[in-house]
Amino acid sequence: MATAATVKTEGAQKDAFTSSQAKQKILAFSSLVILIVGFSLASPNFFQPANLIAIMLATAVNGVLAVGVNFIIITGGIDLSIGTMMTLTAVMSAQAIVNWHLPIWVGLAVAILTGVICGGLSGVMVAKLKLPPFIATLGMNLFTKGLSLIIAHSKPIYFSDYPAYNQISMGSLFTFTEDFQIPNAVLIFFAVAIVSAIILTKTTFGRYTFAIGSNEEAVRLSGIDTDKWKIAVYAFCGAIVGVAGIMIASRLSSAQPALGQGYELDAIAAVVIGGTSMSGGEGTILGTIIGAFIISTLTNGLRILSVPQEWQIVTTGAIIIFAVYLDILRRRK
Amino acid sequence: MKNKKLVAGLIVAMLLVTVSGVFAQQQLYIPLISKGFQHQFWQAVKQGAEQAAKDYKVTITFEGPESETMVDKQIDMLSAALAKKPAALGFAALDSKAALPLLQKAKAANIPVIAFDSGVDSDIPLTTCATDNVAAAAYAADMMAKLINNEGEVAVIVHDQTSRTGIDRRDGFVNRIKAKYPKIKVVDVQYGAGDHLKSTDLAKAIIQAHPNLKGFFGANEGSAIGVMNGVKEMKKIGKIVVIGYDSGAQQIAAIKAGEMNGAITQNPVGIGYKTVECAVKALKGEKFPKVVDTGFYYYDKTNIDDPKIKAVLYQ
Repeated sequence: MATAATVKTEGAQKDAFTSSQAKQKILAFSSLVILIVGFSLASPNFFQPANLIAIMLATAVNGVLAVGVNFIIITGGIDLSIGTMMTLTAVMSAQAIVNWHLPIWVGLAVAILTGVICGGLSGVMVAKLKLPPFIATLGMNLFTKGLSLIIAHSKPIYFSDYPAYNQISMGSLFTFTEDFQIPNAVLIFFAVAIVSAIILTKTTFGRYTFAIGSNEEAVRLSGIDTDKWKIAVYAFCGAIVGVAGIMIASRLSSAQPALGQGYELDAIAAVVIGGTSMSGGEGTILGTIIGAFIISTLTNGLRILSVPQEWQIVTTGAIIIFAVYLDILRRRK
Repeated sequence: MKNKKLVAGLIVAMLLVTVSGVFAQQQLYIPLISKGFQHQFWQAVKQGAEQAAKDYKVTITFEGPESETMVDKQIDMLSAALAKKPAALGFAALDSKAALPLLQKAKAANIPVIAFDSGVDSDIPLTTCATDNVAAAAYAADMMAKLINNEGEVAVIVHDQTSRTGIDRRDGFVNRIKAKYPKIKVVDVQYGAGDHLKSTDLAKAIIQAHPNLKGFFGANEGSAIGVMNGVKEMKKIGKIVVIGYDSGAQQIAAIKAGEMNGAITQNPVGIGYKTVECAVKALKGEKFPKVVDTGFYYYDKTNIDDPKIKAVLYQ
């Protein structure tokens, strides 16, 4: 009964914003196309296989983080710890493989488990201790940052003796030509996105994620343990962050313990550009992916055009503001 | 709404075309990928590189990640730079191992790579333009000897015993004292991780243990500030000669106030200039040494406002 009621509320809402959400996706997608066409016209060096792969590779880690935090933002929460949590999962993975000499698959499991534990902890702080998500995850940000430095003794842990680990991100299952090899990191990114999209739209977990974001009180009153689902959402995001941790450690052939601060903001920006509302209740994975691609395409394109770095930052900021303003315009209609 | 989108799209497109027009490259293009860009030190490196670009009529860009921890962002910058098919490349690696695949790509494409600042741990770069820390620290030892009249006890605080700069500066100082000044004795060398507070505590302990200490050398900015604080807290200003390394707002103020006698500063402008110069030479097929010393300066109260010194001091 309770489930049916929730599904109904959610269904009704879906009708209300399906068209506007579709519009946002088209809008975001056309911005991306405009960027790509514009940069291609402006520089012959932009639309080259090697550069397109560089863009995809630059999107992969941020894209995965964005997909993860998208779930939390849809519940009306926020997670400011994903950047440094990613670092901790990478460090733990390296610790397990390099220093404890465990098999690589155990190292991967350790990364994801670390993410689940940290995410779950944030979830408990938000759901049970009633800390504002902003504060709880800011605390988790510092907590995981410090732990990474302690565990790694403030030095990178190198996977020099484990070339297979580097292949996780940098190997290529799909090699078209010498110049055009899609790195596995990009495939992992797409796989995470597809699985997440299915979970978000086709499962009870996904439905509750939306429901909590649009009206948590109503969901609670219909007899659903919202605390439990909220913790699950933060833990799920943690698992995805663990995947991002593996990807970045693999790409760099090392766990860099000081890295990570600031990465959460790029991921959140991708989510917002992709049309997920910061007040919760709506958002899509496809939008988030497009958002992540917009950021990396913009960054790469401005570099290719040799725009001075200071102006690159200004332009990126302006584009984010512009994208969110368009979203507000759409909402007013 | 639709019109607005169209207009917005057109504006973006026009902007892009304008921007690309401005930056259209007729000259040789040499990107410099540094370890940062916001710090005054890197701005000074950039300034030097821009000067060289003007002198040699090449185009440069200067980019670096927002913080020295962002290893992956630096690699993204490196791959964007390579996508532009540059004539040559200047690079200061945050993590040499992580950057290796792209450097190999540069080598395969016959793009000469010039390392700068701390350099790149690989044989791909044709040369490294950096400060000769051994020579600079040895010069600090000479100044120390002069200020304590060639005799007495001195101590050293270094940032760490593992980094190249730490080892070079320590050995440069200690070996010069041993070789040239038999009446001076280095009584202690300690490591403070470049941390101001830790170095302060170390300095105080050393002063406590060696009441006749005449001179103290701090081998980087944090160590130097620590030494100065220690001397100050032990009320030994004027009794112990303090020589520092690098610059920074606090160090500059201390030298002006007479709390620090002088310090060695690297020449970041020179690092940038030489990097571009070597890249141009490499393209012309000219020879240059495997390591290019970019020089250093000793500054104290008397020359701190000299424009030549001012240009290389960073806060």
